[in-house]
Formats: sequence, structure tokens, C-alpha cells
Amino acid sequence: MAYDKFNVLKSTVVPLPAENVDTDQIIPARFLKATERVGFGDNLFRDWRYDPTGAPKPDFVLNNPTYQGKILVSGKNFGSGSSREHAVWAIYDYGFRCVVSSFFADIFKNNCLNIGVLPVTVSEKFLNSVFEAVEADPKVELEVDIERQSITLLSTGESESFDINSYKKENMKNGFDDIDYLLNLKEEIAEFAKTR
Amino acid sequence: MEKKTLFDKIWDAHVVRTVPDGPDVFFIDKHFIHEVTSPVAFLNLEKRGVTVLHPERTIATPDHNVPTIDQEKTIKDQLSRMQVEKLRTNCKKYGIELHDLGSAHHGIVHVIGPELGVTQPGMTIVCGDSHTSTHGAFGAIAFGIGTSEVEMVLATQCIMQSKPKKLRITVDGELGKGVTSKDIILYIISQISASGGTGYFIEYAGSAIRALSMEARMTICNMSIEMGARGGLIAPDETTYAYLKGKRYSPKGADWEKAVAYWESLKTDEGAEFDLEYHYDAADIEPMITYGTNPGMGIKVKGFIPETVGMEGSNKKSYLKSLEYMGFLPGEAIQGKKIDYVFVGSCTNGRIEDIRSVAEFVKGKKKAPNITAWIVPGSREVEKLAHEEGLVKILEEAGFKLRQPGCSACLAMNDDKIPSGKYAVSTSNRNFEGRQGPGSRTLLASPLTVAAVAVTGEITDPREVF
Ligand code: SF4
Repeated sequence: MAYDKFNVLKSTVVPLPAENVDTDQIIPARFLKATERVGFGDNLFRDWRYDPTGAPKPDFVLNNPTYQGKILVSGKNFGSGSSREHAVWAIYDYGFRCVVSSFFADIFKNNCLNIGVLPVTVSEKFLNSVFEAVEADPKVELEVDIERQSITLLSTGESESFDINSYKKENMKNGFDDIDYLLNLKEEIAEFAKTR
Repeated sequence: MEKKTLFDKIWDAHVVRTVPDGPDVFFIDKHFIHEVTSPVAFLNLEKRGVTVLHPERTIATPDHNVPTIDQEKTIKDQLSRMQVEKLRTNCKKYGIELHDLGSAHHGIVHVIGPELGVTQPGMTIVCGDSHTSTHGAFGAIAFGIGTSEVEMVLATQCIMQSKPKKLRITVDGELGKGVTSKDIILYIISQISASGGTGYFIEYAGSAIRALSMEARMTICNMSIEMGARGGLIAPDETTYAYLKGKRYSPKGADWEKAVAYWESLKTDEGAEFDLEYHYDAADIEPMITYGTNPGMGIKVKGFIPETVGMEGSNKKSYLKSLEYMGFLPGEAIQGKKIDYVFVGSCTNGRIEDIRSVAEFVKGKKKAPNITAWIVPGSREVEKLAHEEGLVKILEEAGFKLRQPGCSACLAMNDDKIPSGKYAVSTSNRNFEGRQGPGSRTLLASPLTVAAVAVTGEITDPREVF
């Protein structure tokens, strides 16, 4: 369904310097039982965030009030594993609008773009600069500009450009999803379907 | 003439139109749905006031969330019950074929698709599940999608997709005794890592692949996603046709001849180019097992857990964190580690050949006292055959517990959970932290290795026990 438009996002970040963060960590399977898209943010990173009794684990970043913001920054191969869109719902629902990593799993990236979370792929070097800067000062901000396709670490001015195809870019800027586009092609698709 | 790969041929035949500097509008022949990733898609359809365009192209089954005991009774877990009931009402409302609990073809969606002959060469197949790649074994383009895309397929029979790059993995030669297709794929993933295939669609080729049965091919294609690839396929051949002949939805009579003639054309042209190629020798592959928390962390059963030399920074940190979770140390041998559970099942290795091979190896033996052994058939059909062939009796005599079909402990959404801290050697496809239950520790291996572990109670090379 439609989501908020994305233009320029300026925010402090939440750092999660782990690699291969898979969708079972983002949201464990046992929390996929809802039949509506509500409340997934509560179980984001569930087993890293809470112990088996449900008490918050103080050493996990989401439980540390020092780190806040709309941008989640994590190590390479983020979002690997299952195709569950629930993982992105949890991220969105928790309040993130952008995930930064040096490498994203394919389906996860697609799912992000489909529901209005911007996946930004940066170099290892840039990623490390962000982790270092945030460790030194949790108040540092990143600025993500979708029109210019740039991401900037505001404390140092270090900046990189990122890829996004122009179709997805327009969608993100306008809060459109693919289904709006496809529904407009109904007749063309119906013609095509006859050949299959 | 332009030289095309098998993947190009199928992809290009399904492009309705290409968006400039954007994805293709990609037509989907067959769509599978299950109870977990479809309810929100149906809900959104309703909100938009849109109906299902081609209900005859979608097939449904509840598998992820269902109990594997007392399936004939009302599901106890309220949320699971609601998801299954939603699937039922949605299928009824839109006229979608449902293979419900207890019916002759109920089972894991990736097991029943091929069984019914729905999966055929040359098709495009999607499902809100990453292991849809399984169907690639038939020479189809099959991959997992998110719930937004499930909604797109329901509404328009299309999704928006950018064409992936092409990777060919060739495995030539003959497999040694006790080495299975599961070992081939665990070996490949250990070589190219859990992200090494990201951005690619794989074609598996070579004499070792050609020699495999359809079920063994499915095991390979199933785990394509575990190296990050969207999917993997294998060109159809006589083995494929023989499997499909006579299945419920396979073409019949003159249509069959016509279909086979088309399927014959589904091969990569000599000289067609891939973006990347890997070659492996089947003789180098031995029984494999994983030791860490992603499927790329695999070694020979007779091997040693890698040391940290050459690792740095967050890479090393993640590696050590993974080993800590598993309770292992760098440099240790994996053989001889005590195990608590074995799980035979899932869309990777829950088919009849898998159960046959386990039964054959444990026949006349007993499971070790420290082991709890679960066998969960991938479908009702598999369960039925296992009974008819006397496999269930053999397995029960050996101390295995047979459950009813479903995803079960593969993702532990139902009650089939491995307790925290316990070790499970499983024939499934993911060893992520907590995948088989909070705190559970999973080691992935072939059905043969699992059988060996069940009997000895510890990690064992199957070639040494039988
Ligand atoms: S068996 Fe496991 S991997 Fe296969 S569809 Fe079910 S949950 Fe997914």
C-alpha cells in the first residue's frame, strides 16, 4: 500500500555492526502469525533484543537510548535468508525509513523498495567511517538525498553516491507502489496472457 | 542467431514490457500461496477494491504454520488457526485451488507443486517463499517474492523485476559413495559463501548434475537462495520428462508430445555467455556439514572448523560470535560432537527418496539413546508412500518419530522446536540463529549423514558407519 514520500532524510543513526544479519534475526518466524500488518515493530530483532523471559537485553543497541534515529546501519549481506516482507514491515513499523549496508540480499532489497524503506548500498570504507563516527559521537547525522542519490556523513562531509533505478526512484519520491503501475497495464497484460 | 542461455529463453518469453531504466513487467505462469505470506496481500486487494485476475493460475496449501500432530483436529494455536482459516476463506472467495490439511495432496508447497505436475519446464513460478527456487529443477524460472509482490500477482499476474545476471555452476564427474546432492550444494555454498550468488540466477550443469534424479535436483535448486542467488535451474531432459509423465496436471496425449518438443528447446545454446562461471569436480566432494550460523559455513564431516587467520574487523567478530552461539572453537574437529536431535524433512530433503535412504541405512539398527529423531514427510503423498513401502515401520523400529506433513522444525513456527542450547543435525536448509527454535543450534547435512548421526549419537561420516 502507499507509503510516505521519501525525499531528503536527515537523521541520527542506529548502528548494528554485524554481518549476515538474516531475516530470521530481523523477525523470527514465530512472530509471523498475524493476518494484518500491525505490530511487527515490537518484535524487530526479537531474540537479540529480549531474553527468553521477555526482559530487554541491555547490551543490544535498540535497548540503548543513546542510539536513536530513522536510519539503521549494518554490516554486509544484510537481509539474507527468507523472502518474508514482514522483516521490512518490522523495520518500517519500528520507525526506520532507510537501511545502510555495504551489501544487501536481493529479495530483501526488493521488499524494501516495495514498501518505502530505502536500501542504500555504500562502500566498506564509508560504512566503517559511519560506525567509527557514531561510536565517537552518537549524535552524528547522515543525510540521504534520493534525488541526488547521495549519502553524506554530516560530521565529516564524507559523501558517496548510491544506485537506484529511475523507476524505483520516482516511486519512492511519490510514495507509489508497483501495483498502481501494473493495474494501469491491465489490457496489455490480458493480451499477453492469451499467449501463455 | 543470438546465442541465449536457458534462463534468457524463459525470461525473455515472459516480458510483457520493459520500463526504461527500470524493471521488466514480468508475467507469471504459476503462483503458489501459503497461509503466512498471503493474508496481508488479500487484505490489501480488498482495500484497493481489486479482485484476483487469474485464480486458475494460483494454488494454495497451508504448510508453514500447521501442527504435525493431530492435523485432523482444530488447530490449538489461535494465531495459526486464524492464518489457516484466512487461507481457506480467501481461496473460497476467489476460487483458488486449495490443498487443505488432510487432503490427498496436502504438503509443503514446494513438494506438492512438482508432485501434482503443476511445475513444468519453461514456466515462470513464484511464491511468497524464498525456496520457490526448488522448482528450477524442472527448467523453470522460479523464485521467492515478498507479500507486496504476492498482491501484484493476484491482481495482475505480473510483477516488476529487473533481470538478474547469469551464473553457471558446472559439476562434472562422478560422486563418491555416500555423497549426495545435498553435499554438492553444501559444498558449492561453502566455496562461494552465503552471499556469493547475490544478483545472479544460476544454471546448474555438468555430468554430475545430469546424473541426478529429479528429487536430488530439487535439493540443489532449493538451496540456490542460500548463496544469495534468486534461484537456480537445470535444463530439462529425459529424467524430467519421465518424472512428469502421467502427473495430474502434466499435459496428456498430443499435448504431451507438443510440450516435450518445446521442452527440448530449453537448453543453453552452445557459446551463450554467462556473467560468471564456476567449475567443480564431483570427486572433490565429500559428505558435508555446517558448523556455523549461515549455510556458507560448511566443511567436510571429516574436516576442522576454520581458524581465524586472515579475518579482520567485523568479519572476524561476526565469525567468532557465530561460533560462540554454536558452542564451537576455531580449529576443532567437528566429528564426534554430541548431538541431541535429528530432523529429516523440509522442502530440501523431505521427499520419498530422502526417507528411503534414511530407512535403508537405519534398517535393523537403533537410534542412539541421546537422540530424539523426527521424520516429517514433505507431503501426504510422501507419507502414504512411506507407509506403503514399509519405511515407516523400519524407522519406527529404529526409534524415529513420524509426524504429519508440513514445514515443521525447519522454521519452528509450530510446536516442533529444538530446545535452547540443543544441537540438531537437520536435512533442512537454514542454520540461522534460532531458526529451529529460540537458542537452537542447527547443523545442516544430507539425509545419509543425519541417519549416521541418529545411530551413533554424534557427528559421524556416513561412510564409516554403514
Ligand atoms: S520447509 Fe522450510 S524452507 Fe521449505 S518452505 Fe517450509 S519453512 Fe520454507
